[in-house]
Amino acid sequence: MAEIRLEHIHKNFGKTVATRDVSLTIHDREFMVLLGPSGCGKTTLLRGIAGLDQIDSGRIYIRGRDVTDLPPRQRQIAMVFQSYAVFPHLTVYENIAFGLRMQRVPAAELKKRVGDAAELLQIADLLDRYPAKVSGGQRQRVAVARAIAVQAQVLLMDEPLSNLDALLRLEMRAELKRLLQEVQSTVVYVTHDQVEALSLGDRIAVMKAGEILQCDRPLVVYDHPATDFVGGFIGNPPMNFLLGRVSGDHIAAGGGVFAAPSTVRTALADGQTVRLGVRAENIEPLPTAADGALAGQALVVEPLGSHNLLTVQVGDERLKVNARADADYRPGQPVWLCLAPDKIRWMDPVTGRALG
Amino acid sequence: MKRSAATRRRVTRALTYALAILVALWVLVPIYLIAVAAFSPQLEVYRFPRPLFPDPFSIETMAFFLRSGGVMASVRSSVVVAMLTLFLSMLIGAPAGYAIARFVFPGRDVFRLIVVSTRAFPIVILSIPLAVSFIEWGLYDSVYSLALMHTALALPFTILITSSVFASVPRDLEEAAMTLGCSQFEAFLRVALPLALPGLAAATLFTFVLSWNEVFAAVILTVRNRTLPALVLTVLDESPLPYRFAGGFFMLAPSLIFMLFIRKYLFNLWGRVTK
Repeated sequence: MAEIRLEHIHKNFGKTVATRDVSLTIHDREFMVLLGPSGCGKTTLLRGIAGLDQIDSGRIYIRGRDVTDLPPRQRQIAMVFQSYAVFPHLTVYENIAFGLRMQRVPAAELKKRVGDAAELLQIADLLDRYPAKVSGGQRQRVAVARAIAVQAQVLLMDEPLSNLDALLRLEMRAELKRLLQEVQSTVVYVTHDQVEALSLGDRIAVMKAGEILQCDRPLVVYDHPATDFVGGFIGNPPMNFLLGRVSGDHIAAGGGVFAAPSTVRTALADGQTVRLGVRAENIEPLPTAADGALAGQALVVEPLGSHNLLTVQVGDERLKVNARADADYRPGQPVWLCLAPDKIRWMDPVTGRALG
Repeated sequence: MKRSAATRRRVTRALTYALAILVALWVLVPIYLIAVAAFSPQLEVYRFPRPLFPDPFSIETMAFFLRSGGVMASVRSSVVVAMLTLFLSMLIGAPAGYAIARFVFPGRDVFRLIVVSTRAFPIVILSIPLAVSFIEWGLYDSVYSLALMHTALALPFTILITSSVFASVPRDLEEAAMTLGCSQFEAFLRVALPLALPGLAAATLFTFVLSWNEVFAAVILTVRNRTLPALVLTVLDESPLPYRFAGGFFMLAPSLIFMLFIRKYLFNLWGRVTK
């Protein structure tokens, strides 16, 4: 049971707050992704769990044991660094064996475990080489193999794919997912890439300015963002937002009228503004007027192969809309937008928090 | 326009090279002439015009120098002092360099400045009070006191060179070692130290040569246990020309060899990264 429990983690760097009173429980064998823009505190949190940086206050528990004041080597963790941090003076074999040698694993078992890890990462033919003689992608595999070989129950990964080129990243992402299901460690994975987060995580903790805004399963985070920031940060294109106004049991937004859900009516008074959020794939563009559709004008048409991405001007605001690849829209052409009612999210325009 | 810019660049380049060659010759010609005289028979020294090659080649002059009174003893003193200096300055300097390279601590920049500024005190001024102190402590006229003095002189360089060497070892590597079961010290021993070793070797060579060549403190702090430069300096006036040439070459050689080995690290130190 390698559960990780963070309680009220607080850390400052000089006067800037890196993490602000963060509490989070990561379940045994869970793949937890810490997602956020640079400087949001996700790496600070990871290094705190690893014990590489001391936290200012709060407690960290791994497997129920308080490790807050323990050095990294007593926390039974393994870590993959963004820079890979492969030891240049040791061969690939010795790199993978490093942690096992520190644990004084018997020679025969050490050899087997290094071999297994290398096999798993498909670098068995590189064992005799020095890191300088292997490619960047292979070095990355060495770093992962080295972390896996020690069979730590907690595996920490700090943007492990960010230094790979796009194609290799795609390939490695799928491979990591397969691999980490096999090793059954609890994984904490830091990234600023929302696609990585969605594709890998059992749960995603979205962070901003040292706080966790939302922590939930990828599809929940995607479909029900807790704040407008989460909606805008996750998804490509980001979630669309329109400003609306509550009037009775209706909300007027973008020249259209929507039924106001009870959560909005209880939270906001008549005449107050409200923010409407909807994703590009939940808007259906129509070439002709339709009941309840918002009238707009196509500004930009970007063919993306699988679909066309339209930028549509609606009143003062611009929306990103997915149109079918064979739909023939031209810039300047009037477009009517049909929003899927069950996919519309309402948010408080001041706090950004989702209503209901 | 384009052509004139290209021409100007070529002229600038030619001038730069000419100047560099001039400076190099300024340094190298005397060294070469010393070497020629050192490896010619003794009487050749008085020949004029000077021969361009040792003709005939002979180690007679060098042998004469090494057999002269006190030379071998002073070479031994020089080596002992240099080795002690090397050992002491590494023992103190390398950890200091590591600290500057790795840790952010209050007053780090001030500390770095103080380290450098110790060299601002001329050794002439430092030597007299030190000689007095050494006499009081009963350490006067010993290789140990001189080694201490040389350590003090070498430390700023040792600290700066080692800190630049350790700074070039990525911190990630030590952290990775720590997550793999190393204590901070073990991470240093197993990762940072092996990677820093070539640079540290350069630093020790530097220290060795610094001590080997240092003459002022050596003259003031020793009387009977003279190091080689101190001995040569005091007997220079009454010694024959061949002795001077051979002595000059003998003292030059280690520095030249050393320069060849640590050029790379000195460039790094001066902010030029050579790959």
